[in-house]
Amino acid sequence: MSHSSSGNSTSVNSTSGRAKPTGPAAVKATGVHVTRGRKKILRGIDFAIEPGRITGLLGPSGSGKTTLMRAVVGVQRLRAGAIEVLGRPAGTPSLRHVVGYVTQAPSVYPDLSVEANVRYFGAMHDAKASDAAEAIAAVGLEKLARQKTASLSGGEFSRVSLACALVSHPQLLVLDEPTVGLDPVLRAELWDRFAAMAATGTTLIVSSHVMEEASHCSSLLLLRDGLLLAQLSPTELSERGRSHDLEKAFLHIIQESESANRNASESQVAS
Amino acid sequence: MNPRMMFATARRVLEQLRHDHRSVALILVVPALLLAAVYYLFENETLPPGFPRTFDRVGLMMLAIFPFVVMFLVTSITMLRERTTGTLERLLTTPIHKADLLFGYAIAFSLMAALQSLVATAVAYWIFNLDIKGGPGYVVMIAVINAVLGVALGLLCSAFARTEFQAVQFMPVVVVPQILLCGLFVAREHMNGFLESISNVLPLTYSVDALQQIAGNTDATQAMWQDAVTMAGIVVAVLVLASFTLRRRTS
Repeated sequence: MSHSSSGNSTSVNSTSGRAKPTGPAAVKATGVHVTRGRKKILRGIDFAIEPGRITGLLGPSGSGKTTLMRAVVGVQRLRAGAIEVLGRPAGTPSLRHVVGYVTQAPSVYPDLSVEANVRYFGAMHDAKASDAAEAIAAVGLEKLARQKTASLSGGEFSRVSLACALVSHPQLLVLDEPTVGLDPVLRAELWDRFAAMAATGTTLIVSSHVMEEASHCSSLLLLRDGLLLAQLSPTELSERGRSHDLEKAFLHIIQESESANRNASESQVAS
Repeated sequence: MNPRMMFATARRVLEQLRHDHRSVALILVVPALLLAAVYYLFENETLPPGFPRTFDRVGLMMLAIFPFVVMFLVTSITMLRERTTGTLERLLTTPIHKADLLFGYAIAFSLMAALQSLVATAVAYWIFNLDIKGGPGYVVMIAVINAVLGVALGLLCSAFARTEFQAVQFMPVVVVPQILLCGLFVAREHMNGFLESISNVLPLTYSVDALQQIAGNTDATQAMWQDAVTMAGIVVAVLVLASFTLRRRTS
């Protein structure tokens, strides 16, 4: 048991039958460290994400999911390491045309109508009025397009935020907890939409702290305390975690890595 | 700079304002009401013959000070909201240039300021018979420059506030000293050297000086243009400073 944890993230990649490299990675992180004040938020993260897939970023709150997403989008200063997005360093100005980012708290203008919000963000990408209408329809808000955003319910509000990212047809879409506060029907609809987008070549990174959503992703990044526990597929997660309940499987992997860490530190003390 | 993004921003800011009837009233109606108050305050003053009415002096200054104060307030709160609700961070992940954002704001609010000073100047001229030598066009011009100054300072100050309450606290710090020292209450040449030297570096001083030039001369004077150019320079400098507070990448 004790030797298995150190090589996890790499061994899973190479042994997984599904993960055939299909050209260059959409996102490639090497040795990413982020500190805020004295607190170490990310402590050396390495991974590669294939284009045209949904990658789930999973972990308990406070594990560094949002910071990692911000780093991919290029708004987070790194202490060390590098992230390459679509072949260019994260944060390169030209990437702003092709990367969409939806923050956890919906960031739209509550005093504008749904339509005005989507059109405004669309204007940053030379989107046409038809693009805005299409994005609004994609999140199921056609009937509310002329309503003031502030008058919408919480779930509708966050869908406006999503529409503002869809309007630019991004190649990489980074979504921070997009399904929080949505009812099950809507959540299923959104995952269908994400799958459809991935099928047309869009790369999606979706964070969640609800493990059951992991089954919608083709690849999972398991994050805990600023470290990447593993990168694997949902099937591999349930195999390695010895449970079909992905929540339990994740907990099992956490315990496994903790006992491995304990063993490692004990052997260090011994030597 | 991308004109489409800049005008989209200006349009968006105006649209936000349009939904906020109280702010529109603050911008368009309140200055005219305050002007009326000043007029009636000095209605019964007895003056030696040939001496200008206090309203002609104070009312004129107020035409420049209103846009400055109101636009500072409105801009600092709007921009603070943009910073705290995450829309600013989100905008900065899009291709928009910082200058498009800042000038978008400046264009939207200077349009409002132009409307505001048109209303206030019209009231001062036609209802209260403001009596100055220069033309009202120049008064409106100085008022608009003042408004843009308020916008620029508001954009800058919003970076140093975390809440709307803190943003409002900049009023007594940034705005009131300028009103006290601009020459409205005491002519600047009667101030002590220390206060006068402070007053020399405060932008509002130049607009009051410009208005005094307009009041005393039928034609635009060299001094008035100098004041206007100085203020425009300060506005650009403050906008550049404000652009440094818009960070695309934070730790």
